[in-house]
Amino acid sequence: MSRVLFANFIRFVVLVFIQAFLLKNVTVYDLAVPYPYILFVMLLPFETPNIVLFPLAFLMGLSIDAFYDTPGLHAAATVLLAMVRVLFISITVQKDSFDNEPEPTLGSMGFRWFFTYSAILTLVHHFFLFNLEVFRLSEMEYTLSRFLMSSVFTILLMLITGLLFFRKKRA
Amino acid sequence: MRNLLIFITKYSAFFLFLIFEAIALYIFINYNDFQRASFINTSNEVTGNLYRNISNVNDYLKLKEINDSLARQNALLRNQLMSSLYVDTAGRKKINDSVYKQQYTYIEARVINNSVNKRMNYITINKGSLNGIAKGMGVIADGGVVGIVMQASPHFSVIRSLLHKDTRISAMLANSKEGGSFMWAEDMDPHKGLLYDVANSAQPHLGDTVVTDQHSLFPIGVQLGRVSNLKPKTGGFFLNMEVKLSVDFSKLEYVYVINNKFAQEQQGLEALQKTNE
Repeated sequence: MSRVLFANFIRFVVLVFIQAFLLKNVTVYDLAVPYPYILFVMLLPFETPNIVLFPLAFLMGLSIDAFYDTPGLHAAATVLLAMVRVLFISITVQKDSFDNEPEPTLGSMGFRWFFTYSAILTLVHHFFLFNLEVFRLSEMEYTLSRFLMSSVFTILLMLITGLLFFRKKRA
Repeated sequence: MRNLLIFITKYSAFFLFLIFEAIALYIFINYNDFQRASFINTSNEVTGNLYRNISNVNDYLKLKEINDSLARQNALLRNQLMSSLYVDTAGRKKINDSVYKQQYTYIEARVINNSVNKRMNYITINKGSLNGIAKGMGVIADGGVVGIVMQASPHFSVIRSLLHKDTRISAMLANSKEGGSFMWAEDMDPHKGLLYDVANSAQPHLGDTVVTDQHSLFPIGVQLGRVSNLKPKTGGFFLNMEVKLSVDFSKLEYVYVINNKFAQEQQGLEALQKTNE
């Protein structure tokens, strides 16, 4: 239990730092901006109760907001992400089928599941984020292309991170 | 009552989602208001200090460029010194000049946080209200306009960059004095702006300088950029033109905050006029 807490705390700090000091300066062709900090919410253990999950998502979003000067923007998107996570997991994962795999990582769930999971969650998060940031229909074309390119970038980064920390399922 | 509790616990995810989403959107909408700003930004002590430390490392890596730009500016200023001018009149009298009174003073500050790749970009600098910076002051850099001070804490200030979807600056063409409004172009190119609502009678040329006019909170004639395209995609019914910005926002290092000494007097007078009507 304390190991899980510790791991998630480290993950929180590391992701905020990487996002605020490294990836904030990264843009590809003025279009793709990666936001892999949402990995924190996505990798929380399956058994995380909702009453903990949502405040954590909110806190993560707010921390990013503090560095990005956009109070509430990332928080709103990340809370929505948490909601989609709850729905997705309740549909695709049977609670009884696993007993020693508490986290939805690439190693424990397999590539297909993890790819679908990260893709759907990232698309929802980025779509909401970019549209809320611009909040104008007249710029739809740019917003949509930014949303798509950024999503591809983010998913790529998250899969690479997943492979980097790959741990095979114990038989 | 029991059923209600069961209902709430069964759909706890949804209710929690509603609560936190509402809080987040409330913060977001409130902050966008220029008048009301909150503490969750880079002007608070924690994030401000973190960014200052990172920027110290960055500055070291950029020393060469900074030295070059400072040397250039030194040369420029040296050219204006009395001692570098050749005096061809024999005698000179000292005159106590009472014609001019200083209206603008400049506060120099270092950029410690900056971004160019979002629709709403902000800049944090290392001077704050203790150095005399207040909300609403204009900010310029070596080459031209940078933005407007949005919030100042004792040691830091947050500037709304020119690269922000809500920034509008009253501007004119330097040659013909035709006025218009200036904003950031919609395609998020950090080197381009848009001068719009220029009267149809104006005859702009490629390469014309665009400067601030007398209605803006900047001194007259601060450069914004040069006209680079006379037929942009977006704009209103009047003449619109694309402007290549004279400040490179991605390399911003030092900025000057403008303190207009008569701003208070002007605002007071205008407010008085409003109450009289």
